[in-house]
Amino acid sequence: MSRGRPGRDDSPDRLYTLTGGRSSSGSDAFDLVTLIVAECDPVPGMQSEHAAILRMSRFPTAVVEIAAELGLPVSIVRILLADLHGTGRISARHPRATTYRLPDLDILEQVLVGLRNL
Amino acid sequence: MDSATSDRGEPRQALSSTADNGLKIVIVGGFGVGKTTMVRSVSEIRPLNTEETMTKAGEAVDDTEGITAKTATTVAFDFGRITLDAHNVLYLFGAPGQERFWFLWDRLFSGTLGAVVLVDTRRLADSWYAIDRLEHHGTPFVVACNDFGGPAHTPEQVRGALDLPPEVPLLFCDARSRASSKQVLISLVEHLQHLQRARHPQPALQPPIPEPTP
Repeated sequence: MSRGRPGRDDSPDRLYTLTGGRSSSGSDAFDLVTLIVAECDPVPGMQSEHAAILRMSRFPTAVVEIAAELGLPVSIVRILLADLHGTGRISARHPRATTYRLPDLDILEQVLVGLRNL
Repeated sequence: MDSATSDRGEPRQALSSTADNGLKIVIVGGFGVGKTTMVRSVSEIRPLNTEETMTKAGEAVDDTEGITAKTATTVAFDFGRITLDAHNVLYLFGAPGQERFWFLWDRLFSGTLGAVVLVDTRRLADSWYAIDRLEHHGTPFVVACNDFGGPAHTPEQVRGALDLPPEVPLLFCDARSRASSKQVLISLVEHLQHLQRARHPQPALQPPIPEPTP
């Protein structure tokens, strides 16, 4: 498989095929930093992108990291994730701070402590 | 400048199985200002690159009549990662600050803790649009001047040129330095704390109830 930039260089037809023609996951359920965790191993016959997602998310892996590793646009990855989530093959740990307003002070304090410990 | 990112396929450092809260900080700035350099300085992974293809908001996407009219834009961005503790993982996104990308912000970077506007003092005008949009968007931010070894500017000069409100922190940094980049992030989070405390004043600490003396 090409190690170039599949998302950018491949024909739109390939992306269309990956998602069965869908261009939207119908929800914004998966934030860029939602952490995905596989709930099962890949099984034979599974779509290769689905299998790859299950392999790379044995430990929590952000949506954006999955997109980067697959070399696919985030919007396409969201659709693939929705498929896997709908069949219970992955679970999603959503960010707790994705409100538009400022995050609570507890979270900010945790961030600050973590940064200072770098 | 450099947007060199790691090749896919190299082993990726896995997060702890306890990680359950992803957080976002966006580093925005003009082309070549050092966004990826700053991400690389503090990231625990080599910066990765991905992209998002989006259609402009408000345009019909499911209506076949509208397909020819809809415009899709692809935006590429770099990101890095910092594990803060057993639960919190901070993702840093280097985002292009050019005008044509800003309609992406709502969906791509909503929920971000805040932003760092990285500035090259030789090209201050490159930052005007980003600062204007962040203010309009209500995203808290700090401004960090990356040191390119040019003539020194005083903070007052930079503030004046950027028309920066006094409450917005202004820092000077070296994006190649881990310690310096880390300090920029710390300053942003301290600014967020300050804003949050100002918005929701904490009740004054009650003096501890004295132990009853026997």
